[in-house]
Amino acid sequence: MSTVTEVTPPAQAETSGAEAGRAAIINDFSIVACTKNGSGSQTANLTILRSFFKMGIPVVGKNLFPSNIQGRPTWYTIRASKDGYVARTDAAEITISLNPEGAQDDYNKTAPGGVFIYSETGDRDSVKVDMHRKDVSHYPLPVKKIADPLEKDAKLRTYGRNMAYVGALAWLIDIDRSVIEAALRYHFKGKDKPVQSNMAIVNAAYNWAAQNWTKTDPFRVEKMNATEGLIVLDGNTAGALGAIYGGVNFVAWYPITPATSLADALGDYLPILRKSPDGKPTYSVIQSEDELAAAGMIIGAGWAGARSMTSTSGPGISLMSEFTGYAYFAEIPCVIWDVTRMGPSTGLPTRVSQGDVLKAYYLGHGDTKNICLLPSSVYECFEMGWKAQDVAEKFQTPVFVLSDLDIGMNNWMSKPFDYPETPLERGKVLTEADLERLKGFARYRDVDGDGVGYRTLPGNKHPFSAYFTRGSGHNETAGLTEKSPEWVANMNRLGRKFESARTHLAQICAPVVDEVEGAEIAIISFGSTDPAIVEARSRLAKEGYKISYLRIKALPLANEIKDFVAKHKHVHVIEMNHDAQMLQLLRLHMPDMATKLHACNLCDGLPLTAKWVSQAILK
Amino acid sequence: MTTETPTAPLPTAKANIPNINRPLPVKPAAPAVNRIGLAKPDYNGNESTLCNGCGHDSISAQIISAMYELGVNPNSMIKLSGIGCSSKSPAYFMNRSFGINTLHGRMPSIATGALITNHTLQGIGVSGDGDTGSIGFGQYKHLLRRNLRMIYIIENNGVYGLTKGQFSATSDQGAVLKHAGRNDYMPIDMCLEAIISGCGFVARSFSGNAKQVVSLLKMAYAHRGTAVLDIISPCVTFNNKEDSTKSYDWGRNHDERINDFGFVPNYEEITIDDFQESEDKVVTMHDGSRIVLNKVSAGHDPTDINAAIKLCMDAREQKRFITGLIYVNPNSPSLAELEEVNNDVPLAHIPNEQLRPSKASLDKLNAGWK
Repeated sequence: MSTVTEVTPPAQAETSGAEAGRAAIINDFSIVACTKNGSGSQTANLTILRSFFKMGIPVVGKNLFPSNIQGRPTWYTIRASKDGYVARTDAAEITISLNPEGAQDDYNKTAPGGVFIYSETGDRDSVKVDMHRKDVSHYPLPVKKIADPLEKDAKLRTYGRNMAYVGALAWLIDIDRSVIEAALRYHFKGKDKPVQSNMAIVNAAYNWAAQNWTKTDPFRVEKMNATEGLIVLDGNTAGALGAIYGGVNFVAWYPITPATSLADALGDYLPILRKSPDGKPTYSVIQSEDELAAAGMIIGAGWAGARSMTSTSGPGISLMSEFTGYAYFAEIPCVIWDVTRMGPSTGLPTRVSQGDVLKAYYLGHGDTKNICLLPSSVYECFEMGWKAQDVAEKFQTPVFVLSDLDIGMNNWMSKPFDYPETPLERGKVLTEADLERLKGFARYRDVDGDGVGYRTLPGNKHPFSAYFTRGSGHNETAGLTEKSPEWVANMNRLGRKFESARTHLAQICAPVVDEVEGAEIAIISFGSTDPAIVEARSRLAKEGYKISYLRIKALPLANEIKDFVAKHKHVHVIEMNHDAQMLQLLRLHMPDMATKLHACNLCDGLPLTAKWVSQAILK
Repeated sequence: MTTETPTAPLPTAKANIPNINRPLPVKPAAPAVNRIGLAKPDYNGNESTLCNGCGHDSISAQIISAMYELGVNPNSMIKLSGIGCSSKSPAYFMNRSFGINTLHGRMPSIATGALITNHTLQGIGVSGDGDTGSIGFGQYKHLLRRNLRMIYIIENNGVYGLTKGQFSATSDQGAVLKHAGRNDYMPIDMCLEAIISGCGFVARSFSGNAKQVVSLLKMAYAHRGTAVLDIISPCVTFNNKEDSTKSYDWGRNHDERINDFGFVPNYEEITIDDFQESEDKVVTMHDGSRIVLNKVSAGHDPTDINAAIKLCMDAREQKRFITGLIYVNPNSPSLAELEEVNNDVPLAHIPNEQLRPSKASLDKLNAGWK
């Protein structure tokens, strides 16, 4: 609870907002709704978000939530940006405060000249803070008085109170209520009853605000045309769909934030999208007893010839370590989604970080290194969802997709997903007919010079089809061996295979490069740091700074990254982890240019802001 | 469940194959063949590297006999194991079957992934008391809970052999070993654990009792879900003192058969009238095979779960070495049945065109998120 006991009335309005002669601020501000965890504020927040989207205003929503289930403060930020910027901003201009706990802090953090809408309920749910700021416009909102009479079901009242701030905000910043209704219709999948009951509260709050508030702030929205043709979705759903269109047919998983919603989305969409002509499921999803078993199951499935995957996060990745090394060495395809969160240990499980780069890349023991795909957007989650399945089977190895909590669990605009342009690539699998022709095969022989051997699948009826898969030392024919030359030869072949993967990934997940003529400074990044970098570069370009940008989309690192670095004097490696992990990999990749590469990392649990990126580059 | 009844005999392996170093079965001069036309050597594996006299090698031989006699197509079987002496043994039988030697204690999860995506394969897993009772105990229990169709053999010798003589979770309380000293802890009863985890086929045997092991393997093959065979398999190097309940002497002197049984595979035409109805109990397995239990020979009814639990508890208390079919419930659906993936085409072989939904479906989804 707030420690403030003496409640001061809001600062006088004559010094604030629009009255102070400020020009209207249209479609360029952030809103933060501070509510109680588990109070159902998600519906209210997503309604605001989708209303903006439907009005054609570029928008992004971020849920900053604590690791609790019920009652504690949680924050949802919505940024409207006429310029299309979708990074987090340092402070929200409009604070909506419905949770007395921590309300003073929320008040204090409101951006200069901002808005503070707060619940005034006359009881312990009233937000009582020291409203000392003269730059802020204050708007009290009796959410219970407005919403409770309209909600007969006592259990649903907290939900209704959240809808009250949607209605009041609609009046304050001029959101079209027909758009709100359309947003609710989307949210409730067209079901009339909840749309009507929620709209009744929205309208009541709108009318109450019209009668009782005097607008003293400059913020409002206006219809524009910048979201035409786009979609809004979270990265975990996108990743799940990518996997489904990539033909995944076995999923094993264990619940963990922030990866659970990826498995949930698989569970939602597989039954809709994946039935055989006779109506049978073409997939199986098993919730395993732990992440270790999940890894074992997907590897067993990959060995049997299925397309398999799991979704997890840091602690789960740790548990999958031994199995990943096994699958790397026994050369069994599988896909592991790591929706990264803050570590070490339990860390901050509901906060974002990119701290698993080195871990995932080197997961295993002995000499292992793994292919990692690095999506930076919802669109790329879909794209890498299907590509990961192809890459895993092509190279007969575990493939990691390193998404993160920010991409995975938040709602982003995206261009619609493109249907995979290439057919499923199932890799080198020998059939009975092949074996009859070849009169045998050697599982780990490098026939084609790319390091990738030919495999057979259990159930192959040819008498020569069987081989023995093992994690222990093996020769070309999969026989047990402890002979040094055979061990070395096998490891060298795995090295060749990894180089083949590097070449292939440089084509299908090529770095995204934007070189600026005459630029001496450059940025290298990956993943969800992208929106902040895009915004920072755009703002800095207007100030005359020339900054090139390369975004990595896969590990092992493409060789062309060296060329990019060679062309610049200072290259800032922007990432969200404490140890500058990607920087370390880049320095290993180009030791002769290591001193050109500078650490530019932050790991505070929050998505990067353009402001931080700008300051970090220019310091 | 399907039985191996190919329309034509499968070709046997030829001796001289390019590109393959591993030994291949050699066709005998005048081979006896089983019902699918394979000779017994077609079920052989590599030469064992285990110690001379190891109980595990007897079990490998019994697996070869059982699968040969049943006429199992080796190409339809997968061999799985964890890590340890026991887990090396899948290399020593049925070279024509795919094998996978997994991680220590983690064979159940690999088996689950492989057999849910191809339920037409029969899995035979070989584990040990360390692999199952210690490091793999969790996966063992969850495997049983899910009732994956496979034969799960625990080659139980009460000691870690490959790391040279540490106690395992099934070591006798009070046992003394050369380096490990004295074991103060209660042994885990793998059969009891299986029953209470929902396993529908639980048997114990002794590697020295070839006939019983072969019969139990055949019955296990016919089971609808996970079939656990806890086979006491003496370690001649580290735990074969006569007072060890896992020794040859103990096995020979204390083997107490709780039932006599016959097994009628589903492909054999024998009517129920052939049995002595008053004295025999017939358990019909899900695939139509039948287990015929001679009621007179022992008082234990293996279809009674409470009796089975009590039998295990009493045996442990009284240090009795009971062998035979302890518990059978042929009716619980297997994991593949529960997951509804027991179709003609296993998941792993579904054609690509059924794996990728149509472009129209994606267009529809895209439109819905606008």
